[in-house]
Amino acid sequence: MTELMTPPRSGGCRNAPVLKQRGQREVFCGLTGIIWLHRKMQDAFFLVVGSRTCAHLLQSAAGVMIFAEPRFGTAILEESDLAGLNDAHAELDREVATLLARRPDIRQLFLVGSCPSEVIKLDLTRAAERLTQQYAPKVRVLDYSGSGIETTFTQGEDACLASMVPVLPTTEARNLVVVGALPDVVEDQMLALIDGFGIDTVHVLPSRTIDSDIAIGANTVFALTQPFLGDTHAALIRRGARHIAAPFPMGEEGTTAWLTAIAAEFGVSDEVFETVTSAPRRRARQAVAKAAETLNGKSVFFFPDSQLEIPLARFLTRECGMTALEVGSPYIHDAIHGPDLDLMPAGPQISEGQDVDLQLDRCREARPDLTVCGLGLANPLEAEGLSTKWAIELVFTPVHFYEQAGDLAALFARPLRRKSILGVAAE
Amino acid sequence: MKLTVWTYEGPPHVGAMRVATGMKGLHYVLHAPQGDTYADLLFTMIERRDHRPPVTYTTFQARDLGADTAGLFKKACQDAYDRFKPEAIIVGASCTAELIQDDPGGLAETMGLPVPVIPLELPSYQRKENFGADETFFQIVKHLAKPTEKTARVSCNVIGPTALGFRHRDDVAEITNLLFELGIEVNVTGPMGATPSDIARMGQAHFNVLLYPETGEMAARYCEKEFGQPYTKVVPIGAGATHDFIAEIRAMSGSTVQLDDDRLRQTWWSRSVDSTYLTGKRVFIFGDGTHVKAAARVARDEMGFEVVGLGCYNREFARDVRALAKEYGVEALITDDYLLVEKTIEDLQPEMILGTQMERHIGKRLGIPCAVISAPVHVQDFPARYSPQMGFEGANVLFDTWIHPLVMGLEEHLLHMFRDDFEFNDAAGPSHHGGAVQHAKPEPETAPEAATADNVIWLRDAERELKKIPFFVRGKARRNTECYAAENGVFEISVDTLYEAKAHFAR
Ligand code: SF4
Repeated sequence: MTELMTPPRSGGCRNAPVLKQRGQREVFCGLTGIIWLHRKMQDAFFLVVGSRTCAHLLQSAAGVMIFAEPRFGTAILEESDLAGLNDAHAELDREVATLLARRPDIRQLFLVGSCPSEVIKLDLTRAAERLTQQYAPKVRVLDYSGSGIETTFTQGEDACLASMVPVLPTTEARNLVVVGALPDVVEDQMLALIDGFGIDTVHVLPSRTIDSDIAIGANTVFALTQPFLGDTHAALIRRGARHIAAPFPMGEEGTTAWLTAIAAEFGVSDEVFETVTSAPRRRARQAVAKAAETLNGKSVFFFPDSQLEIPLARFLTRECGMTALEVGSPYIHDAIHGPDLDLMPAGPQISEGQDVDLQLDRCREARPDLTVCGLGLANPLEAEGLSTKWAIELVFTPVHFYEQAGDLAALFARPLRRKSILGVAAE
Repeated sequence: MKLTVWTYEGPPHVGAMRVATGMKGLHYVLHAPQGDTYADLLFTMIERRDHRPPVTYTTFQARDLGADTAGLFKKACQDAYDRFKPEAIIVGASCTAELIQDDPGGLAETMGLPVPVIPLELPSYQRKENFGADETFFQIVKHLAKPTEKTARVSCNVIGPTALGFRHRDDVAEITNLLFELGIEVNVTGPMGATPSDIARMGQAHFNVLLYPETGEMAARYCEKEFGQPYTKVVPIGAGATHDFIAEIRAMSGSTVQLDDDRLRQTWWSRSVDSTYLTGKRVFIFGDGTHVKAAARVARDEMGFEVVGLGCYNREFARDVRALAKEYGVEALITDDYLLVEKTIEDLQPEMILGTQMERHIGKRLGIPCAVISAPVHVQDFPARYSPQMGFEGANVLFDTWIHPLVMGLEEHLLHMFRDDFEFNDAAGPSHHGGAVQHAKPEPETAPEAATADNVIWLRDAERELKKIPFFVRGKARRNTECYAAENGVFEISVDTLYEAKAHFAR
């Protein structure tokens, strides 16, 4: 088998003490996931049951608004809905009826819970069951929570995928399920690699349409492509599937480690593995090396945002020569993040959760060359002379697997290159 | 419950943030879940602010709900005071916190903070962003402004500008300068740029200049009652309105200083022969009430357009805008339903839209040029250059930005003459916009029968003839022909019908 990733000699970060502070968290809520999920699932509609704030968040987080009529919307609760829950259910049924009449292309409807719907205890599971009965078999109605009191940013995707697991058909066949929403082009690359290994029963969750033949059972193994899928991981295990633990497929090393774990599970020979991966590995190394020229020897500080922080820090420290000063993540889940933590050289402060003001103090004190943070913090930190990378771009841009490894490194290199260019011009 | 796809206004606490972020030395403690912190990016990204908004969110989670969210609020409040040492604090609840009824105002009051604490009651399930800003500024003024002696020289306050406002930065500069030229000092400008101690001395001014009724009218009314300060009713957008505004200021201040309006180029630009092609352009106007009212006047009286429809998204201005629509002989569209606005525009087929960023996208889809005249804002609405909407320079800016999306005068004729030229044809769009602009232009002709509804059918020849008409008048030609056909009981539109209609509607 191909040489395994060597853990750092100094020891990894898996057992490093984790700093946990409780204060203001500067993160999006899980509703944000709708922005990319609705692009991925082409026959799905996401109906948030919430407030004007929820609608405004979706619109603002989408940044450039996608003004074609999108496959998401917010049923905004009004005074009268707060007064009586029965009426709220009736209202919801009415809105759904209008929506489905207007959009006959919709095959899956997600009722997405928000903070207000949860605080008033509007039972969307009950509503989803009722509506499923009414609209089956044409439309499947599911519910999940994207609320800010329950979910942080990418956890919205986790909750959405987890809601689908119980309704997937059962199979006794041995199959591989790859879990996590990836841009189509990246997903196709990934499937081509796995196909090259000769593994032929592969499914993807979420699939592009409801008609895919994905099924789960005791002989299912699954791999995650995104590090924020804790609940989906648990839901799949409850259905008897087994997780193939691995570092995440970001960067050349991460992708190789991820594929190695799958190859080992399916008994793929070294020769086959080599044939399939050697060319893209070489390309990835070359592309990363180019961007790494800018990154080499620079320091990086991660604010918690998407839960991608740990695999990204592993990539930047091992493949791009950067030093991580602090790696913050909203949540750390050992079964999922452990393999990446093992590989990341000891040294950085690992932190979970946030008190944003205290963390800003630490960041200013550390003066990293690059700060990875949310949109609310980026310009203020730039104004203080710190270079920043918006974390949200990492969720919206294709960054996984070999062919994107160079782009991933370049995303981090760009702010530094820009700063040096503008610096020269200003003199 | 109401299904919403895109919204024109955020929730009321975002309005309160616009006030707090515009001011200095004020801090806002907002009882809200973590996701509501998205609102920071409106200011740091759209407006490119180099500081975080002065807002502390309590970011309570589900597990706190059964426990002590009130304690969490008090801790956040104390921490915010200790860290930021503001001159005053405003406290309030977002939509979720409103439901858990912790009463942030009451809690903060018991804490004995050494600065004024102003509680906000912003009903999230009834009202919206503009109300939030208006009410917040009113509460701040009510709590902080004290009756005092008037300044010796005649002075005024400038009321209404906020953070994230549509061109507020430059409007304030333009109007402050205009007032200065009239010999009037500005006592306080607020909320934008004011500290709580500035607000305290607002009573010194002799009168108030209300630039944005949406976000400042309640405060202006309060000051009129409490401090005997009359306030201006004319919003100086456009040349005519600016002259009226100056007359109003003269009446309030007694100023007789002669003004030099050489800088006002718009009137001559509009009269010069190249502008002839603007005559009778059919425009649809939509935005906030104040900007729509001003734009309608400029469109008709200063540009020579024909206003074919208008409306606003803020119900607070429904009455004004209905009256205005009556005066213009059109139906007022009062709605915050984006799909309804789109439908109205599709039906009216105007040659141009004066709207918000939302209508700009509608225009893109329908192939109708659009100039942006009002919030909601987008990063493009914060240009690096000086670009006011108000005063003399504002009138110049309006002229330039409104005609920019249109095909220029002579170019229009050339398009008629060479409509089949392979590079200079109407599908290429206005030549000064590069090639890309018109690509995403689905002609409404995919469903001509459906569009006409009352079963008027376009014969193939007529359809082909219609396509030869340049895109920027094609919508009008289609509509006129269909109207003509309907009025004359014609069910099939032939080439003849097309030209009959053209003759009928010729001006
Ligand atoms: S945090 Fe809650 S209330 Fe705020 S946008 Fe998210 S779901 Fe809606």
